[in-house]
Amino acid sequence: MPDLEQAADRTAEQRPAVGRHFMRFTRAQRYLHAVLFTTFLGLAGTGLPLRFSESIWARGLASAVGGFGAILFFHKLCAIVLTGAFLVHVKDIFTRGILHREKGIFWGSTSMVANWKDVKDLFGHMRWFLGLGPKPQFERYAYWEKFDYWAVFWGMLVIGFSGYAMWFAPFFAHFLPGWALNAVLVIHSEEGLLAILFIFSIHFVNTHLRPDSFPMDMVVFTGVESEEEFKHKRSLEYERLARQGKLEARLGEAPQTWQVNFSKVIGFTAIFIGLTLLVLTLSAYFS
Amino acid sequence: MKKALESAIGKPCEKDAFSFLLGKEDCRMAAAGKMTICSIAQPLRWAARSVIENLSAGINLVSGTAGTLIRTSVLSVGFVGLLLAVTPAHLRAETDCLACHADKGLQDSSGHSVSVDAQKFGSSIHGVLKCGDCHADIKDYPHPDHIAQVECKTCHAEPSSQLAGSVHSSSKDHPCTSCHGDAHSIFPKTDARSAVYPLNIPRTCGACHGTEGMAKKHGLPSVYPLYMDSIHGFALSKEGLLVAANCQSCHGSHHILSHKDPKSPTYKANIPTTCGTCHAKINVDYQGGAHGKAVAAGNLKAPVCTDCHTAHAILQPTESAFRMQSTPICGSCHKDKLSTYRDTFHSQLGSLGGYVETARCWDCHGAHEILPASDPRSPIAKGNLVVTCSGCHKGANLSFVQYQPHANAHDRKLNPALYFVRLFMNLLLAGVLTFFVIHTILWLIRARVDQIKKKSAQGEKNA
Repeated sequence: MPDLEQAADRTAEQRPAVGRHFMRFTRAQRYLHAVLFTTFLGLAGTGLPLRFSESIWARGLASAVGGFGAILFFHKLCAIVLTGAFLVHVKDIFTRGILHREKGIFWGSTSMVANWKDVKDLFGHMRWFLGLGPKPQFERYAYWEKFDYWAVFWGMLVIGFSGYAMWFAPFFAHFLPGWALNAVLVIHSEEGLLAILFIFSIHFVNTHLRPDSFPMDMVVFTGVESEEEFKHKRSLEYERLARQGKLEARLGEAPQTWQVNFSKVIGFTAIFIGLTLLVLTLSAYFS
Repeated sequence: MKKALESAIGKPCEKDAFSFLLGKEDCRMAAAGKMTICSIAQPLRWAARSVIENLSAGINLVSGTAGTLIRTSVLSVGFVGLLLAVTPAHLRAETDCLACHADKGLQDSSGHSVSVDAQKFGSSIHGVLKCGDCHADIKDYPHPDHIAQVECKTCHAEPSSQLAGSVHSSSKDHPCTSCHGDAHSIFPKTDARSAVYPLNIPRTCGACHGTEGMAKKHGLPSVYPLYMDSIHGFALSKEGLLVAANCQSCHGSHHILSHKDPKSPTYKANIPTTCGTCHAKINVDYQGGAHGKAVAAGNLKAPVCTDCHTAHAILQPTESAFRMQSTPICGSCHKDKLSTYRDTFHSQLGSLGGYVETARCWDCHGAHEILPASDPRSPIAKGNLVVTCSGCHKGANLSFVQYQPHANAHDRKLNPALYFVRLFMNLLLAGVLTFFVIHTILWLIRARVDQIKKKSAQGEKNA
């Protein structure tokens, strides 16, 4: 099949397709991330005008979509979808970790749960920033990635609970004290603001915009990364898999050009919306 | 006969047989002994007029064209003579004047029209008068060089003296005709053709008070468009409601005073009474509330009707635009309450406008009879909160109404739980962001330095 070989040659010239590629995220995980960031952008885009309802852009945005009735409708719609995604994830963890007793879910080198190495990595990483020590080598999930995960996890619980408490206030009033109804708005808006500021500045830079990944880490869209990138970013995992002879099992197909381009369009759109919202938030916060 | 008289005079008074001939105003004037001979004579003239009313339409038509006839045909003189013979004496005098003044193009030396539409004049409220009754200085032809301006006050003494004491006293234009219209076609105010008929008043006043020139000249806003778009304006222009408030319902007619004058119906302290002329129940509610009591006690800082509803651009209170504009109005005095309200979900949603509504000040506090929470009748009294909140929140219970719509998260004594929740959330936000911003910046610098080092090392290797 000379045609295909030629095609392979062409893609080989492009950087992402060079050499072997390894799976990092499953298809389900990538979809989950897609649902997460889509609804998160929706929630941020409709939540910020509520948080800063006195600012001009908030009123402009609200009137553009038909007033706060529409804003609130989209906010609740995104909230329901995200709640669904959260439940799917929790069910997945429960099935894999408890029903199937899959190893590495709750502890071990592939788990999201923090361990002593993460603490050492944090301080080691900081020492390396200041040129006081060697760069730490990371396992499957580095400490800041675990923080990202738990920040979102905790955020969804806190923001979700406080959000539903406001949505169904008379119902929640059956078992919450009166002052809690005041507190849920403070919690919801502050935690939401934290999530927005964190994702649109820290997560964007740490994961996508830092020199190692600039301008965007495609792995969460395509699911695979090159061997070179794998070795460089997560050398401990690479070495462990090589030692255990499991490296071959993780081999994946190099992403198609359309996949890369599609991911770029989606990813940059998300980053653009996020940065716009960040600028609006900061301008409203400091005005 | 009686019917014809009634239609000529307007509504009869119910006082006595004589007053049946008089308009309401005339009754009052007669009672006060202020009526001039002229105005006493007027009903008698009206009576005369009604006799000839059936004839007048036809006669006026002919007499209207009489002037042209005289000038165009000598033969017609005989015809006119015949006509005069059957015309009552009082109209005959008019025919002399109309011989010239019926000509539509007739002008005086300075170019002003001196034409009179005989038919219109005949049917007007002054139709029974002779020309000389008003133009007393014109007796012969040719007319004197200087003709005196007609003085309406000769007959209408009271309105004229009221006008002299009003804001319109300095009007350069003829003060009566600028509102009542052309002197030869003035109709009673109950007549739809009148410039001061209730449905025509806004347009009449708007001729001056609807222009930007007025704003520059006297510092008065152009209120006509505001009024026309208001709930009163709609009732008047769309529904044609005679009871809808027009300009003079609030400002009066002849004795219009500045709103700064304590005697004016638009003076701040008098506004509740003025509006209460129609909105009686609301006025009673208002007088019983905190604002009404404060105004009655002489505190003119307290709001009256117009402070919330505005004077001219009055909107339907359920309208989104009104709901949007009114919270800041309450907040202009209740600053601390506005600031704590601003922190709540009610305000955050409400500020964005739209089709769903959140609680604004008066949804909880009431609009007119505003009472303190200590008053058991107040909607924000403890015992009434469940009912008040249930207005929007179906299923609100005693725990639910402990929610504080004016909680201050910065007040440790008043709202301790909320204070610490806010403090914790603020510290969490500031802590996480501060740490990670430093972390990220250091990382960025270090990673970039490494990258450059690596590149230069590679460059050396390649060389």
